[in-house]
Amino acid sequence: MKTAKTATQNACKLCNPLGACLAFRGIEECVPFLHGSQGCATYIRRYLISHFKEPVDIASSNFNEDTAVFGGSHNLKLGLKNVTQQYRPKVIGLATTCLSETIGDDVDMILKEYVRLFDEGEPLPNGEPLPLMIHASTPSYQGSHIDGFQAAMRATVAKLAEAGPKKNLLNLFPNMVSPADLRYMKEVLKDFAIPYVLLPDYSETLDGGPWAEYHRIPKGGTPVNAIRETGMSAASVEFTSTLATEKSPAGFLEQEFDVPRYTMPLPIGIKQSDAFFGLLEKLSETPLPEKYEDERRRLVDAYADGHKYLFGKKAIVYGEEDLVVAMTAFLSETGIDPVLCASGGKSGRLKKRLLELVPGFEEKGGKIRDGVDFVDIEDEAKVLKPDLLIGNSKGYTMSRKNGILFIRIGFPIHDRFGGQRLHHLGYRGTQELFDRIVNTVIEQRQSSSPIGYTYM
Amino acid sequence: MEKIGILEGRQRQIYEKKGEETAFDITCETTSLSGSVSQRACVFCGSRVVLYPVADALHVVHGPIGCAAYTWDIRGAVSSGPELHRLSFSTDLKEMDVIYGGEKKLYLSLLELIERYQPKAAFIYSTCIIGLIGDDIDAVCKKVSQEKGIPVLPVHSEGFKGTKKDGYKAACDSLMKLVGTGSTEGIGKYSINILGEFNLAGEAWIIRSYYEQMGIEVVSTMTGDGRVDDIRRSHGASLNIVQCSGSMVRLAKQMEEKYSIPCLRVSYFGIEDMSKALYDVARHFSDNPAIMEAAKKLVSREVGKLYPQLQQFRRELAGKKVAIYVGGAFKAFSLIKALASVDMKVVLAGSQTGNKDDYNSLKEMCDEGTVIVDDSNPVELSKFVLEKEADLLIGGVKERPIAYKLGIGFCDHNHERKIPLAGFEGMYNFIREVYNSVMSPVWQFAPRKGGLSS
Ligand code: SF4
Ligand code: SF4
Repeated sequence: MKTAKTATQNACKLCNPLGACLAFRGIEECVPFLHGSQGCATYIRRYLISHFKEPVDIASSNFNEDTAVFGGSHNLKLGLKNVTQQYRPKVIGLATTCLSETIGDDVDMILKEYVRLFDEGEPLPNGEPLPLMIHASTPSYQGSHIDGFQAAMRATVAKLAEAGPKKNLLNLFPNMVSPADLRYMKEVLKDFAIPYVLLPDYSETLDGGPWAEYHRIPKGGTPVNAIRETGMSAASVEFTSTLATEKSPAGFLEQEFDVPRYTMPLPIGIKQSDAFFGLLEKLSETPLPEKYEDERRRLVDAYADGHKYLFGKKAIVYGEEDLVVAMTAFLSETGIDPVLCASGGKSGRLKKRLLELVPGFEEKGGKIRDGVDFVDIEDEAKVLKPDLLIGNSKGYTMSRKNGILFIRIGFPIHDRFGGQRLHHLGYRGTQELFDRIVNTVIEQRQSSSPIGYTYM
Repeated sequence: MEKIGILEGRQRQIYEKKGEETAFDITCETTSLSGSVSQRACVFCGSRVVLYPVADALHVVHGPIGCAAYTWDIRGAVSSGPELHRLSFSTDLKEMDVIYGGEKKLYLSLLELIERYQPKAAFIYSTCIIGLIGDDIDAVCKKVSQEKGIPVLPVHSEGFKGTKKDGYKAACDSLMKLVGTGSTEGIGKYSINILGEFNLAGEAWIIRSYYEQMGIEVVSTMTGDGRVDDIRRSHGASLNIVQCSGSMVRLAKQMEEKYSIPCLRVSYFGIEDMSKALYDVARHFSDNPAIMEAAKKLVSREVGKLYPQLQQFRRELAGKKVAIYVGGAFKAFSLIKALASVDMKVVLAGSQTGNKDDYNSLKEMCDEGTVIVDDSNPVELSKFVLEKEADLLIGGVKERPIAYKLGIGFCDHNHERKIPLAGFEGMYNFIREVYNSVMSPVWQFAPRKGGLSS
């Protein structure tokens, strides 16, 4: 099989600014702003809306030909002013696109000029105060959406975190998980009585209720003041397997403010959840609350009840590298054999981390590939003949074409309802995933039985 | 409730019809204001929309991954055969390509993709970055075309070089290079091309069958279940039927100039416009009265079926208020007429890309108090939905959450729909969908309507 190919065919990744916009949506009263042409912002909005089913307003500096030639300084300043007038944000999360990066706009300098103008007495319309501006550099020709996500969070703490006397506070950097996961994390930290800063927190801003009147910016998100305190926290916990220190928000806090950084895979599966809860026990010096003992007990019980359906089933897992690593670890403990772990991302660490977590993976015939697209995955699938395909909605076509059972997780899920309410993390998330996988297998057995059956 | 203002610099893009006030010259056809959360897309988007349904062509997006990833199979344009259009190909440029140019990568990508997929033709879209780094995609296309023996057509659709409309133009220019390259043998006198009908959920099939029932030969549906070979011989048709605000007007004009094929502009939405679309064509072929006969029969049969069904909906929908915000103004016209047939009242009519004439026509069509708006944004749309107490918003994916958040019905009228809304059966589907959404009991829980507030 030819694996080295030039064109990307059905990409298994999205672009940098999308991740940044998503992350910025997790900051209280923040409007994401893309510096570049309008199309990028529109497509990204559309994409996020189709998953979250919430309004996702992303401003753009709307480059035109002149801007592209002479630089985006004027447009950016005008845009910031307009967005401030219309949204009255406390924060503007500014991400660059390929275009503004390529023409080499010095965004930091433009922002300084803009602030100076304001300081020198050129007020904003309606006398608005100047919002805080966070700038993340997110050219898409470097990396993919997850890099944009992390870049935005790193830029956020770099801009806001302050030094000060140490506080009994835990920073949690959860990675690109669902609003439901974020809510679960908050519940866990609360049950451990650990004061925390969760960054980002789009659990409400991207999964909120109906409105009586128009809200320019949905409520929710990590408050700016809380982000300032991240520099004084006792520790940071960061869910990632592949993020380099120099790109990591927790890494930044460790370097600049000596906040100890605990990096661990996304807690999916019993072992990784144990590791996470164990870490919380250690950091909080509090034993695991009974409630989570129960969740764990139920999960172990479920593993036993369902094991026969899963043992020896072959799965392909794809998505962001961190998610792939954690999912693979989980699947391996259920008896499923992940035969291919694939990602469109390319941190260069996927293989190493995966093998650390799932020793013997390659000996069992598992393959690991980064920088792939769906045509690569499909080519592999034709040979590997998996029973299950596990990843975001983008795998649907290949699952249908090749008759592979399909479990939707992660982002985007735009061909099913409720992607934003799916749990992936901890005992609860694992339970949900496990039940779904078992039921998918049962359903297939049931419908392929010539007479069907009414008991399992 | 806090009053929502209009952005400085946008006041002249909004008009409210009131009394006999002096004519207001709406500002339109400008680029969006910086910082505004425009609902508009880019030049590339325009090109992609038009060319997407050419199902047996390879569509390669030259640039970094985003533009291709976001347009991967997002449209409802269906094909009766090949489905190459539903795949997403990109040169996925990396930093080094941006620095040293992406021509080589494009060249290699094309060879590889043509080899693998054996397309009838290839469209190569240049996106923002390409315009900036100055890749000579024309040269690459020419070279590959010579080597591979299929048309490889550049589409100059750099996102920032204009508006979505410029993307339509770029697409038409590429199509025009295909037109006239096939044999017109066997094409009869009573023949048409259907342009600007994207076959969303099979709409082109409905329209095509109407014309065929009238005894008319459809040479090419061009951009709806489109085929390269049909496009190549489309200059053999006697008439071009162009639907929609003008995505394909340019091509029709060019074909008129070069091949003397006249064109008719039509719309397939609503009873009135759909019937007119059939009659206009019949009238064009007035030397054959059988065509008009057949058209009359078809219309009376379809309307006879549809009318009683609509009456049932009308009873409950009459007087309900609708806000319309769609891509092209032409669609807004049809929608206003269609909604009038069930006595619904339009309180907002807006489009992303209307021109002066469009907005003047809108002004004439609309009732007193209707707001007319160009290139709106979510804040404004919400403002009008609230102020005008709309019961329904008609728009696209980006408008949908606004309606639902504010507790009103919504109807999708964009390229992603999965139910045909064109033709007579489409009209029924449309009004039924409007009815289903407006009358749904779920809105009783909306905070605005007495549900729990938030
Ligand atoms: S890849 Fe770059 S240019 Fe393309 S949509 Fe993303 S940010 Fe815009
Ligand atoms: S504006 Fe440019 S980069 Fe962005 S989606 Fe359009 S063509 Fe692509």
